[in-house]
Parts: sequence; structure tokens; C-alpha cells
Amino acid sequence: MTELWVKNACVIDPIRGINGEIMDIAIRDGRIVESVSDRADVIDAQRCLTLPGGIDSHTHVSGTKVNFGRYMSPEDMRAGRTKRKGKMHVTSGYYVPTTFGNSYRYSAMGYTTLLEGAMAPLEARHTHEEFTATPHQDMMANTLFDGNWAVMDAVREKDVRKTAAVVAWTLKAARGYGIKLTNPGGTEAWGWGEDLTGIHDMVPHFAVTPAEIITTMIRANELLKLPHSVHLHCNNLGKPGNYQTTLETFELVPDLNAARQTLYATHVQFHAYGGGTWKNICSKAEEITRSVNSKPQIVMDMGQIMFGRTMTMTADGPMEFNLHCLHNNKWSNHDVELETGSGIIPVTYSKKSAVNCIMWAIGLELALLTKNPYQCLLETDNPNGAPFVKYPEVIGLLMSKRYRDEECATLAAGVEQRTSLCALEREMDWHDIAVMTRAGQAKALGIGSQGKGHLGVGAEADIAIYPIRTDSVDPAREYRKVVEGFQKTRYTIKRGRVVSRDGEIIVDGANATFWVDAKVPEDLKMENDPEFIKRFEQFYTVRMSNYPVQDVYLPRGRRIETEVFT
Amino acid sequence: MIEHDVVCPFCGCLCDDLEIETEGGRIVKVQNGCALAESTFMNDVRLPAPIRRTETGWEDISYQEAIKETAEILQGADRPLLYGWSSTHGEAQSVGVHIAELIGAVIDNTSTVCHGPSILAIQEVGHPGCTLGQVKNRADVIIYWGCNPVEAHPRHMSRYTTYATGFFVPDAQRERTVIVVDTRRTDTAGIADEFVQIEHGGDYAVLSALRAIVRGKASVIPAKVAGVSKEQLIRIAEICKTAKFGAIFFGLGLTMSRGKYKNIRNAIELTDELNRYTKFVISPLRGHGNVYGSNEVFTWMTGYPFAVDFARGIAFYNPGETTAVDILRRGECDAALIVASDPGANFPRAAAAHLAKIPTIVIDPHVNATTALSRIHIPCTAAGIDAAGTAYRMDGVPIRLKKVIDRGYPDDAEILKKIYDHLNGGKGP
Repeated sequence: MTELWVKNACVIDPIRGINGEIMDIAIRDGRIVESVSDRADVIDAQRCLTLPGGIDSHTHVSGTKVNFGRYMSPEDMRAGRTKRKGKMHVTSGYYVPTTFGNSYRYSAMGYTTLLEGAMAPLEARHTHEEFTATPHQDMMANTLFDGNWAVMDAVREKDVRKTAAVVAWTLKAARGYGIKLTNPGGTEAWGWGEDLTGIHDMVPHFAVTPAEIITTMIRANELLKLPHSVHLHCNNLGKPGNYQTTLETFELVPDLNAARQTLYATHVQFHAYGGGTWKNICSKAEEITRSVNSKPQIVMDMGQIMFGRTMTMTADGPMEFNLHCLHNNKWSNHDVELETGSGIIPVTYSKKSAVNCIMWAIGLELALLTKNPYQCLLETDNPNGAPFVKYPEVIGLLMSKRYRDEECATLAAGVEQRTSLCALEREMDWHDIAVMTRAGQAKALGIGSQGKGHLGVGAEADIAIYPIRTDSVDPAREYRKVVEGFQKTRYTIKRGRVVSRDGEIIVDGANATFWVDAKVPEDLKMENDPEFIKRFEQFYTVRMSNYPVQDVYLPRGRRIETEVFT
Repeated sequence: MIEHDVVCPFCGCLCDDLEIETEGGRIVKVQNGCALAESTFMNDVRLPAPIRRTETGWEDISYQEAIKETAEILQGADRPLLYGWSSTHGEAQSVGVHIAELIGAVIDNTSTVCHGPSILAIQEVGHPGCTLGQVKNRADVIIYWGCNPVEAHPRHMSRYTTYATGFFVPDAQRERTVIVVDTRRTDTAGIADEFVQIEHGGDYAVLSALRAIVRGKASVIPAKVAGVSKEQLIRIAEICKTAKFGAIFFGLGLTMSRGKYKNIRNAIELTDELNRYTKFVISPLRGHGNVYGSNEVFTWMTGYPFAVDFARGIAFYNPGETTAVDILRRGECDAALIVASDPGANFPRAAAAHLAKIPTIVIDPHVNATTALSRIHIPCTAAGIDAAGTAYRMDGVPIRLKKVIDRGYPDDAEILKKIYDHLNGGKGP
């Protein structure tokens, strides 16, 4: 039995309605309890800001394309490197760090749970291998279905039950967590070097549209009672004028779940562009947030960009190629048979580029214009918009109008006319930030019941104690202190153990991987479906028996079983 | 007993549809595999126990003794090299990286003498590729450049390309155009619809000519480029531009001939150019079964796919300096651990000669040319035969190798963990 007693903590725990109370937290064997014995180890939080461990609900840290980002970028590996020290392994990389680099830096910032944004089922084993080497965070993997042939066949037949059955089989085989759609239909078209231009275009050879894929998958998701909703990267990412596609997509979404959203729209900054060309691109954040403010069934995340060099990586292969034709730097592409695509290119977001400045402003506008912070979560689509180590700066910008104004003064001309950022007075408070970095994520991902995102009795003791005294810092003026404070916790506690102290990792990690075993009625089990098996054996290049990820790849797997539907 | 869907660990194709029949703990029959697969499973003659060189020959030693002495040699070395890794599973590769990190060693894999130049090119311009099933289901144009899959990857064409029935290519033999580019008429050239014979060292020029033609600059091309007629080049460019889906596979004929990584860069840029007209992909034909896995494991752990030097405490990468051949040729290395590979057979003479001068330890199931240069040879399981573990196919698809029989050998990952424990005062990685 191990016990820990955190006293004098200034707790913000939005899920339990606690906002800045000084209190003590008792921990036994990794969970929060009512009280502990007097033999417990004691941490005096000294009235510092204490939050549930941070949760990133959309980040790219593990798997085939992330590793290829490292593989092709020795210049980045040199940009961030640390020696072996105590319990810490060598790390390399700044915007695509090695697995240990990701894990240590997230931990130093108080993050204890991560959702990998995109995993191709055929390559799931790779993602899980890297999860094991990302030891200080509990992991989950969004599983890609955007170009899944069996799904598109079931969608064409308008068969929600069959769609659900394919999803359930694939999630179990890949040890995945939820449904990810990246440019639905577009990644299949990219198999021929083509893309789709809207949600009512036909996917070549499959006679379905993105709209049909999205709506059928939403219904299948709810039929399966998955903890998370459909997680969507909309069509037309990064194209001027794409906000209309985004709004049209939002209109498709019914409100089907009382406990959480019905659609999670990711990195919406990249989907909120007006205009028709790169010359007249402008912000449509107001239109997007107007829609979201009236639709509780939608949660989005920011997709904030920050200035500097980074790497873009996504399953959206055609988008990456278009971007490559603009940048003419190096380009990698990796399409996955019967499932999805992917692309990678390095980019530099520059203050000299009006387009980049507008993108930067849009992300902030989205957050500031969304009334309910549970509906707009903070992230950068790491590393696409910026590496996650920039989150503290994003927090600073959201909390301080002065910081925003100072930044705006350094940007290329035209931003003021083409966005509304400079006119926005809102300054977020500590509670808003706690929602946007942990409570909102826990709710959106449906992991509150797994003891994540809050500090109630029974919760997993994942806790971040920041060197910030909320009673003595004015974030509007002293935003530098806010940024510094969120960069490095005093203590990061993971399942009741202090894993990181003042930015240094002090123990070996022991993370868990959450995956969903969705139950379907006996007659819908794909492993017994002769047609499914036949097509699998004919068109994949691995045997069906060799496809599912073996349990040995999840040394601390946590299976979430759903109830069978009828 | 017959085991189905067994993965052949030999080459980068990792065919996973073999049927292996065992009888009394021995493999008696291999079905579906190529000749290389059959030999891998059937001619698996092992070194029975660890051996150590004596003044007059070899003596048997215990595993415990061999492991202890290996650890002591590594501990005492100033510039240890850990090399090989491509024929074992990722679990062993991962322990290898931990050892290198712990003792400040150089760790390198066989990419250094095969597709290292391809990796350098990819680091300059990227890699437009895909999984092999995309090619199987879609490609109507296949190009084999500087490689001979008929002999080196015998089932590549029947499983993934020329003869494979794909969803959009139901009549593969009729619907696919196969182009073979090489300096000599190989067996693979024999099945080509179009054979392009290039003069030695002319690959770069031919790739440049094709790029120019694709860009609409045919007028600048002379009548012959490295022995290839302008008419044929224009014809090839046209086949590529009008393909629905084209795939280039290349081998050491392109990576290791004059121009080296610049050839690959040019081939990738041709692929990039063709994507402005249609869909095109390019991929190296990787040799060892899990060489790509060693690149993957090294990369997520250290940031670099090969040639990683931990001497400075951080991971440092500078191919040409930190590559195994160069460390050995400069006489810099004072102890070497060779795992799952045979540098004695395929390193340049000067590099191999240095291995014989220093204490070299081999961990490998089989006696090979490196054994003759070594001080200690520790036999172990062979991944995919009597050990399970992860391997990455040449296209990045991770596949679990199976344990088909038990021959009583320790797994190389276990041997390496014990070496690590010795080096780390009894504490594991």
C-alpha cells in the first residue's frame, strides 16, 4: 500500500464544480480516497494551482507517420537533444521528439493522458509499440476509418448495423479507442491522386459521399455506445473558403448523446477560412462559432498555430501534397491499403506571411468566441500547428488581451481587417483554462468514468501542481508568469506517484493503454462473415489471422467493454 | 502438425502465408514459400553452444560465462560498436539501443551497407510511398530499377505487383505494364514489357532525362542518354504519365552505383514530378527481413534510423563518420558486438580486417563468416523460427513473427538483457 497526502492545494476541478478552493487530496494505491493514514508521504502544495492531470485529446506522438517525421528530419533531431540523466533516457527532436522526449516534456507540463490522433489499423502494432515507449502518459488511439472499404460498402448499402459491426471488429483488432475520420472519402480518392471538393462529392468507385460516411458513422458510433464520439477532420482542410464545408458538415449532426457531444471536430482553425484564394483568405471564426454556440452536440478543438518551424503530418494525403506544391520542401506520403492515406511535410509559420498570421488569429478567435469552454478545447494538433510545448503560450494569449495586442503589433499587415481578433476583449480565467486542457477533454473522450479529468474520490490520482499562485498573479498583465508557470509543474503525479518534479522525470513510467471492445450481436460478428473474410484475404497483403494486434503489445492494456446492442 | 499463416523472416517481403509442417519439434515441410524461405526454415543449422577462441581453436563455454565476458569487453572498451540487428525482432533491437545508450557506444544496422543512401535521399526530399496493398490493388505500371526481384525477392511479383490479382486490376498479367531498368539483362528483365538497358553509372543521367521529358522539355535531350535511346525515354515517360497508378521499386543497383544517394534523390523527385500528372509511388526493396524494423526502432528511440553514436551522451548522427564501416576502417573501434548479421561476409576488406583485430562478439543463431573473425560466438533463437517478435515489412507494415518450434536456445533479447544487467550493476533497462 502506498499513500500520498497533498496538502494546501489550490484546486480547480471543473467537473466537480471546485474553483480555486484550498484543500487537501488523499491518495492510496494510485486512486483518490477520503483520507490516508499518518504514514502517508506528504507534499505541501503551498497554495499553488493544482489541477487534474492534463489530457490532450488530439496529438500526433506515436506510430507510422510520426516516426517517419523523425526518420526524414535529422535537422530536427539535432534541434532538441538531452543526455541520459537519472531515470531519463536520451532524447532527440524539437517538433517531432523521440517517444521519450514526448513523454518527458508532456509530463513536465503536467499532462498525464494522450489521445493519438490517427492510427491506421493495418499499422496499429507500430502505434502500440511506441505507446509502450511513451511511459508517463496513459494512451488511446483514434482509429482511422475515412477510406475503409468495408465501411464504405456498408454505408452504400445504408446499413448502420453492418457499419457498426465493421467498426467494432476493427477497433478490437487494432486495440483502438474511437472512430477517426480524416477527410472522409478523400483519402480513398487520393489512392488515384485525386481529392474530393465537398461533402456531397462521390468517392470514386464506391458511390458514397463524405456526408453519407459521416452521418452513418455517427449513427454506428452511438449504436455501439462508444465512450467517445466520431472524431472528424473535415474535408477541404486548409483551403480558402472551406468554412462552408465545415458549416455544412456541422448541419449534418444530430444530438444523440446526453452525456457528451455527438461530433468532435478537430483542429477547426484549419477549417475556418473565408475568401477564395490565398490572396483574399479571411477568418470565418465568427460563423463557425455561431454554429457551435447553438449546437451542444458539437465539440471542437482549436488547432492553434504558433509561429516557427514545425512538421505537418496527417492521414489527409491530398492536402499534404497540395501544401507540398506551395512549399516545395521535402514531402512524404504513405497510403494504407483499404484504409486511409497520409502525408508529411515540414513547414515554417512566419509572421511575415499574412496567411500564417490570419491562421494564428483564427485559432484564438475560435476559443474566445465559443461561449462554453467545454466546446472548444486547447491544442495545436501537435505538431501540425505547433509542437505541444507551445501550449503555455497559447494559454497566455487566451488569458491576456495585452499579450495578444503585443503579438498583433508584430504581425504582417492585413490581419486586423481580415480577422476580428483585435476587437475581442475576452480574457479567459483559470477555470476556463482548466476546462480547455483537462475537464473538457475528459468529458469529450468519455473517460471521466475511467477516473480521468477530475479529482473526486475514486478517480485516478493524476495531478498537476503548477508553481502558480492564482491569488497573486494577474494573468492579464503578468502573462509571462502564466506562460512560465504552465511550462513546468512543481509536481506531476501519475496514478499516485510523483513522476516529474520541477521538469525532471524521477521514476520509470508505467502507463496504461485504453481500448474499446465494442460488443455486437452474434449474427453481426465480422470474423464469421464469409464475404468479409473473402475480401480481406483477397485484397489485403496480410492474412486476416495476422492482422489483429496481440495482447503482448499492450502490457498494461485497459479494455473498455460496451453493452451489446440489439 | 501444420502451422498456418506463418511469416517468413528472411527478406523484406515478410510473406505471411506459409504453411509449416513440424514433426517431433522439427520442421519437415515448408509450403507456399519461395526457395529462400524453404532454405531459411529447412537448412537451419545452428551453433550448438557458445564458443570462445583459444590459441589453437575454439572451446565451448557456458552462456553465463559468455555473457559475463561480453559485458566485460564492452565495459572496458573506449569506442564500442554494436552492429547488425536486421535479422532479429524489434524487442532485441530495442535492448541493443538501451545498451548503446548506457555505455556510450555506436549502434548501427545493416542499412549502412544497403539502403543507407536511400535514407539520406529521403532525409533531403522525403518519400512518396504506400503499403504494398495499394500497389497490388491499383497499379497498372510497375518499374523495377536496379534490382532483380526474381532472385532476391522471389514472391514480390506474385504477392504485390506483376502477377498479383488486385481489386482494380483483376487481370494482372494483362493489365499491368512492367518496366525493368538495369545495366544487365537479368531474369527480371526477361518478364518486362519494356527493358531499359543503361550503361554502368548512367542512372542519374537517365532519371534526369525522364524528369526533363515529363516536364515537357524533351527537346533538350540528346539522341542517346547513357546508352538509352531518346525514343525509348519518351515512350517510358509517356507510359508513366498516362498510368492510373505507377509504382517504382529500386534496389542496390541504384543505391550503390555511381551517384549513390543522389540517384535516389533524383528517382524520388521524378516520382514527385509524376504526381503532378497522376498517382506515383516509389519504394526501396529492403533486403533483410527486419532491416526496416531496425530503422523504425532506432528512430523512435534515438531520432535516427541508423549510425547513431552515443559517445557524447546525446544521440549523434553523421553518416560517413558514425557508420560502422567508417568507424572500423579508421581503426577507431576497440570492441564490437555483432547481432543477427554477417559483416564478415559483406563489409569492405579493411573494415572486416579490423573486426578480426579487436575483441568481436557475435550473437547469432548460425555460424557465419563473422564467426571466423570473432572471439566469442553466442548462439540464440532465430526470430520467426523459434522466437516470436515484431518485424517491419519493407513498406512499414508491422507483423508479428511466430515461434514455430522450440529448439531450446535462449532468445537474443534475453541474452542482451543479461548483458545490459551486467553493465548496469544488476538493474534492467
